[in-house]
Amino acid sequence: MRREALTGNQAVAMAVMYSDVKFVAAYPITPQTSIVEKISYFVEKGLMKAKFVNVESEHSALAMTYGAALGGVRSFTATSSHGLLYMHEWVHWASRSRVPLVMAVVTRTIGPPWNIWPDHSDYMDQRDAGWIMLFAMDAQEAFDMTVQAFRISEDERVFLPVMVGLEGFIVGGTTMSVALPDEESVKEWVGERRQPFVFDGSANITLGNLASPEDTYILHRNIHEDLLRSIEVIKEIEKDYSETFGLPYIGPVETVGEKESSYAVISMGAWSGDLAEAIKQLGRNDVSLYRIRVYRPFPCKELRQALSRKNGIVVFDRSISFGSFGPLYMDVKACLDSEYTNVVNVIGGLGGVDHSLGEYVSVLRKILGEMDREEKLEKQIWMEVSR
Amino acid sequence: MSFKGVLPGDSSCPGCLLPVALNLVVSSIGKKVVSVVPASCTSVIQGYYPKTAFDFPTINVPFASAAPVAAGVSYALEIRGIKDVVVFAWAGDGGTADIGMAALSGAAERNDNILYIMYDNEAYMNTGIQRSGATPYKAWTTTTPVIGKREAKKDVAKIMIAHGAKYVATASVGFHQDFIAKIRKASSISGFRFIQLHLPCPVGWRFDSEKTVEVAKLAVETGAWILYEYQDGKLRLTGPSAQLIEESRRKPLEEYLLLQGRFSHLTKEDIEQIKKLIKEQWEWIKKMI
Repeated sequence: MRREALTGNQAVAMAVMYSDVKFVAAYPITPQTSIVEKISYFVEKGLMKAKFVNVESEHSALAMTYGAALGGVRSFTATSSHGLLYMHEWVHWASRSRVPLVMAVVTRTIGPPWNIWPDHSDYMDQRDAGWIMLFAMDAQEAFDMTVQAFRISEDERVFLPVMVGLEGFIVGGTTMSVALPDEESVKEWVGERRQPFVFDGSANITLGNLASPEDTYILHRNIHEDLLRSIEVIKEIEKDYSETFGLPYIGPVETVGEKESSYAVISMGAWSGDLAEAIKQLGRNDVSLYRIRVYRPFPCKELRQALSRKNGIVVFDRSISFGSFGPLYMDVKACLDSEYTNVVNVIGGLGGVDHSLGEYVSVLRKILGEMDREEKLEKQIWMEVSR
Repeated sequence: MSFKGVLPGDSSCPGCLLPVALNLVVSSIGKKVVSVVPASCTSVIQGYYPKTAFDFPTINVPFASAAPVAAGVSYALEIRGIKDVVVFAWAGDGGTADIGMAALSGAAERNDNILYIMYDNEAYMNTGIQRSGATPYKAWTTTTPVIGKREAKKDVAKIMIAHGAKYVATASVGFHQDFIAKIRKASSISGFRFIQLHLPCPVGWRFDSEKTVEVAKLAVETGAWILYEYQDGKLRLTGPSAQLIEESRRKPLEEYLLLQGRFSHLTKEDIEQIKKLIKEQWEWIKKMI
């Protein structure tokens, strides 16, 4: 397989071209810009046979992407932070319309204060919208997940939009060697555009008119149930992708370390690499890392299996539901049986703070020590920051 | 496939001519259609899921997005080589002049291939007669309940002309032939096309539900609403408005205003000010033709 040095954002742009996307509408926002710059270059150079439209806002970006998807073509957009928040109304509208499309979210914190560095606040703000939400930790995953996203979104058992998250700069802007399958074979693997209905004058249909509370309830419940079931489709499609292109299958939750360990550290995104290294430096082989790659549907069954018989669990969140806990922690807690009381939430990395390896080691040493000694645990711990 | 338009049994208010106007659009385009409808009276008028009174493809969308969704569908059809479909947006004055303005401006600037029809009933009627940017000076609404609107009506057609739009027209539900001719012309060209349709609302304007046509006609005959079309840099008066450049040929403005409860509180000074605003509009027309 060919390898190319690509940033996460370039990898997403390549994946979009390889997946035979026909329509892209976007509005620029740091740190998403290099995705849409690259795609517009591909289109203007004639390397990608697609239409690229510079729109007047993110609200319109997703609206137009949705329109093109309804019109029968594979469509994509990308955004970050305030752009994602500005299009939030459309994030809901797209999934509740059951329209297959894909969006990359290059994560960045939310202001004020103005700050372009990454955390997960913008991404987590979309968690209740009914999208399938994947999260990459490096440029390779950003490529692979984006290609898979089109197949997942257009699978008739799913027909929901898919969001691929990757952190700004540390993934989006950092170069690594990416294994790239052949463009034509990717196109063939993704296949023809599939969607539940099309607006091209051929069918006399109405989408989204007034409905009763009961009909609305049923439609929304269907979204939830299809989303829950889609975890099997996501696994099946990743397996097929990895077998077709000779890449390793990872699954919705990646395990780093011994499966039978006593302690679990749970995280999502690029800082999982820091945590894996910190666990190594702790010099303990009874601690394993579990990295969430599929955030919605939340891989409850997979996590419950992975976490059975753990003595303690530490969940790292790179965003906070102000006044409560980190969203990942809340999801993990909701999945676990009631006997799991040793579950601690660590909040860190907000606003793009880069904690040092030593800081991860020391926070883990403290929590695991308390768990070893069966001391009373604080449920929520914030990583320390010095200005 | 041919589409029948709005079927009997829609849920519009008594005296509302919106279904009539929409029927004229669907039947006059002369091709297949895809319509895009943002939040507005039309969201309700089409009826209750799983039924609909609309016998043509309809995409309901959030408020500020009629233009970009229509453009997205249109781009998809172009990519797929489908040429026999007109994609049109059917949006109210609030969804156009206020919350949808940035999106409309973007579509006009890019010359997106859509027909955008703003049905102008001069307030947020679906939510209960609140003031919009397109509400005229001094009109009563539920959010201008005592004094009336303090500002002049936002002129969206003029804003579209300033964008260099391919085709811009004003129309009235009181003059069907003029409206049909404009729909036909707009459907025969590609690129961004805009029609602003004056659509009196008996409930919101406070007049008898049997008088909708009369009020619509009087708006034109008194010169308060001017029918024109703008194409290739040229503006042309159409319908009765073509004969009304001379003020003496217009009916007295009071005939139009006094039929409507929303203007019942006007003072003489208010009427003079409205006349002044109308005069300014005609002066602009004279410069353009």
